[in-house]
Amino acid sequence: MAKQQPRVDAVIVGLGWTGSIMGMELTDAGLNVLALERGADRSNADFAYPKAADELQYGIRHTMMQKPKQSAVTIRRNLDERALPQRKLGAFLPGDGVGGAGAHWTGVLIRPTPTDLQLKSFADQAFEPGVLQDDMQIQDFGVTWDELEPHFTFFENVCGQSGTTGNLRGETQEGGDPFEGPRSEPYPLPALQDTQNTEMFDKAARQLGYHPFPNPSANVSRAWTNPYGMQLGPCNYCGFCSRYGCVNYSKASPQTCILNALKQRSNFAYRTHANVTRVELAADGKTATGVTYIDENGEEVFQPADMVILASYALNNVRLMLNSGIGQMYDPVSRTGTVGRNYAYQIGGGIHMYFDDIEFNPFATAGATGRMFNDFSPGNFDSASHGFIGGAKMHSSQASGTPIKTPLPKDTPSWGQGYKDALQKYYGHHMKLSMTGSVMSYRTNMLDLDPTWKDPYGMPLLRMTFDWKENELKLSRFMRDRLREIADVLKPDHMEESFQLNGDHFKVTSYVSTHNVGGAVMGTDPSNSALNRYLQSWDVHNVFVPGGNAFPQNFQANPTDLIAALTYWSAKKIKEDYLKNPGPLMSRA
Amino acid sequence: MTARYLIPLLAGSTLLSSMPAFADTDDIVKRGAYLARAGDCVACHSSPQGKPFAGGLGIESPFGTIYSTNITPDKENGIGSYTEEQFAAALREGKRADGANLYPAMPYPSYANLTDEDVHALYAYFMQGVEPVASQPPKTSLGFPFNQRWGISAWNWLFADAEPFTPQASHDELTERGRYLVEGLGHCGSCHTPRGIAQQEKALGGDSEAYLAGANLNGWWAPSLRAGDGDGQGIESWDTQAIVDYLETGRNVHATVGGEMTSVIAHSTSYLSERDLMGIAQYLKSLPANPTSDDAASTEAREQSTDETAAHLTAAKNLSKGERLYIDNCAACHFNAGEGADRVFPQLDGNSLTNAENPAGLIHTMLAGARPPATSKIPAQLPMPGFSWRLSDEEIASLATFVRGAWSNDAGPVTAEQVAEVRDSLGDTPLSRAPDPNGSLNHEDGGQ
Repeated sequence: MAKQQPRVDAVIVGLGWTGSIMGMELTDAGLNVLALERGADRSNADFAYPKAADELQYGIRHTMMQKPKQSAVTIRRNLDERALPQRKLGAFLPGDGVGGAGAHWTGVLIRPTPTDLQLKSFADQAFEPGVLQDDMQIQDFGVTWDELEPHFTFFENVCGQSGTTGNLRGETQEGGDPFEGPRSEPYPLPALQDTQNTEMFDKAARQLGYHPFPNPSANVSRAWTNPYGMQLGPCNYCGFCSRYGCVNYSKASPQTCILNALKQRSNFAYRTHANVTRVELAADGKTATGVTYIDENGEEVFQPADMVILASYALNNVRLMLNSGIGQMYDPVSRTGTVGRNYAYQIGGGIHMYFDDIEFNPFATAGATGRMFNDFSPGNFDSASHGFIGGAKMHSSQASGTPIKTPLPKDTPSWGQGYKDALQKYYGHHMKLSMTGSVMSYRTNMLDLDPTWKDPYGMPLLRMTFDWKENELKLSRFMRDRLREIADVLKPDHMEESFQLNGDHFKVTSYVSTHNVGGAVMGTDPSNSALNRYLQSWDVHNVFVPGGNAFPQNFQANPTDLIAALTYWSAKKIKEDYLKNPGPLMSRA
Repeated sequence: MTARYLIPLLAGSTLLSSMPAFADTDDIVKRGAYLARAGDCVACHSSPQGKPFAGGLGIESPFGTIYSTNITPDKENGIGSYTEEQFAAALREGKRADGANLYPAMPYPSYANLTDEDVHALYAYFMQGVEPVASQPPKTSLGFPFNQRWGISAWNWLFADAEPFTPQASHDELTERGRYLVEGLGHCGSCHTPRGIAQQEKALGGDSEAYLAGANLNGWWAPSLRAGDGDGQGIESWDTQAIVDYLETGRNVHATVGGEMTSVIAHSTSYLSERDLMGIAQYLKSLPANPTSDDAASTEAREQSTDETAAHLTAAKNLSKGERLYIDNCAACHFNAGEGADRVFPQLDGNSLTNAENPAGLIHTMLAGARPPATSKIPAQLPMPGFSWRLSDEEIASLATFVRGAWSNDAGPVTAEQVAEVRDSLGDTPLSRAPDPNGSLNHEDGGQ
């Protein structure tokens, strides 16, 4: 018999960005809210200067990340392979502990475009039938730009977003992104300062007719006090952002932007080392009664709650739904079931350029410094004639100057005198041109429960089936050619390319992106989405699942702004309608 | 001095209250709760792990440790059997119900100015709004002759002034409200007014130049609060809004709170209405600044010094040890010009703690770190890390010597011996623990 805790109005599983946002919103509504976090507690004091600036501990040994022995996924590239569990993190790095990935992210805070939210409608209009792969399963999000815009704006104020406005209420603004959707308010803060690579990229891109603008950043350019009374210090360009807590409290995170305000509320509480293993359902399977978790002593505990918010990492949200029997598990053969359907990812690639005589001073930088252009987002260029859908953010970002991960030419030995010589020669002389590309959803890119592998509590691991598809490889080749044109303008002394091209398969061992999305997607049709457009489970109405899991496919940039805006959107509906009349917010018909 | 200080006081008996007159008992209790916040009763009358108002906090005094008493309405251990008259006598005159004298750690010389209406509200709150706690805090036992409570009568006769509050015609209504709070419940003078030979505050009201002129508090400098026009240093350079921001949130465009004042803001001033805080600010601005010493630098000279230090640190050539340590450990937040960051990181240039004659508070902050209070308006807590695990006594001394002479600062050097003395006095300082080489984060539970 599991131990039982006193009932709460709402239980939140995971205390990262979405859990913190839901915590604020639901306590605002007067609910008694409890968050359960499976990792350790973490506060700003944990990141105090200079402790967090330790590349070996955080950058290499992944102190802030989930440990595969606690939460591995098994991975295969197609339905015929046998999936094997991760033994070591590689391609993606989910966060662990309070703050989650929101504590160790880089801090690029960018919106999707209005087209990205309605990609299926765009595809139907812009592509002749038969041009796109027939196993593609792209969908509209079911929510429009105008509906989400106030939530983007609010979250960007929470974060102190720094950048240059490109489209203010329909008016194009000099220096910003002319392709961005209309913003109701300008960026809260001016853009970060430019680095050497930024200036070079900007000049070359303009010469080629593109429209570069400063990377939208949640590393703040000035001191900022947000609507919750939370504060960020001005970025000092130390370059310890991605994989690190911020020593200067300059990077938006649940810690800097929300948690102290949330913890002050008497109707909020949280427990750490509380590993939720499943959501418990009532006998009819239509409502959740609470969650079961394993506490820090290894004991099983039942936490009753009137509402359950699954706010853990996208992959774990899907796993919790599957392990709890919320909705039907997706079957790629019969194409039935929705939970696990439409897992998508992000594709990256770049050109490493080395300049003998240019000093880039990469030790003075911030994760989100740099320039990007959106000329190759869907709708802004003719991808149909190249046979693919999607787009890429083209950018040059000098995210860090840490020594161990310094990019060096491919033939450099990994140790010894040769390594030292190369490090001495190339450190500070490297600049990267990058593309971050969209990934569509397909019939066989999916998540389900592994039939073999279980976690220490006997619960099945999540199985990921994923490989690059022809559409993305075509996109990658097209973007490579565009980046080559930029490299031609810049004329490096030496350069090397790194792209996914025809015949390449997904490699789980080297880092690609932590932008794992989909698997429990939102939509307006219960036959192809696990969640309705308010992120409410179609099947269990008092379960809401905010996160990257809700994206029906991925767009060509960083997901945090959209994840947060969707969470506020969902919370608004909960506050305005659901609490007054709990039940399905959309009918299945 | 601006014109608003000269607006004559309007006549009327409710002027001292920022709230309407209350009839309803609940409202009186609420008002008493508010006044108890203004008096920061909870700070002294609660022990760190104890229940609110149950007493037991040991207050170090030059005469020995004085333990605060239980002031919950428990009849045995608290003040539950006090009549309102006895309660008033304790507050205003330092008289216990049995007639014995309270030790003047209780700021009754300040509370003497309380109006009957406010005493009534406080009484209502302590009898009806506070949970009774049946626990007896440790007894205060001072050595002879300080254990002779009758001796306090003479002290009281000499130093305590039980005169009720009398409005000053030269102040406007809001400024008078501020004076009432500062001189009375706020008992700001307890820390900020220098003390005389018998540990008495040298002045209890703004008519004396000694009042709130700054004082040494266990090695920390409690700066002058006389904020009127002077040479523009210290809080004289703060406008009224900056004072309000500081009291409401523990930080403003110039400074972030440290030391004992952190608790005052967390438990008292952050709960006061903006109107009352503005009254306090106006009153402090009405007090003429301390006289400037003859050799003080002019504003222009100070600005020039600030620019010179900033330029030297930016060029980063021929750095002294203190300068190098500043760049490596401090400049990320406080910047080369020592200006900090707006409302987030305090300014070191002109900072009162940095420039205090006794550097103990500055050394303590460098070694142990500091954490601003989480207030309802600004819950953010961006901690200053402690450097005791990272810097030696000599290094802290070089660094402190540098910041005390950098920019327009003009305070004396610090020795390694002074640092060692402060280091020896430190207990556990969570913000200054060394990183854990085994890879787990340095979490301290409960830290926000």
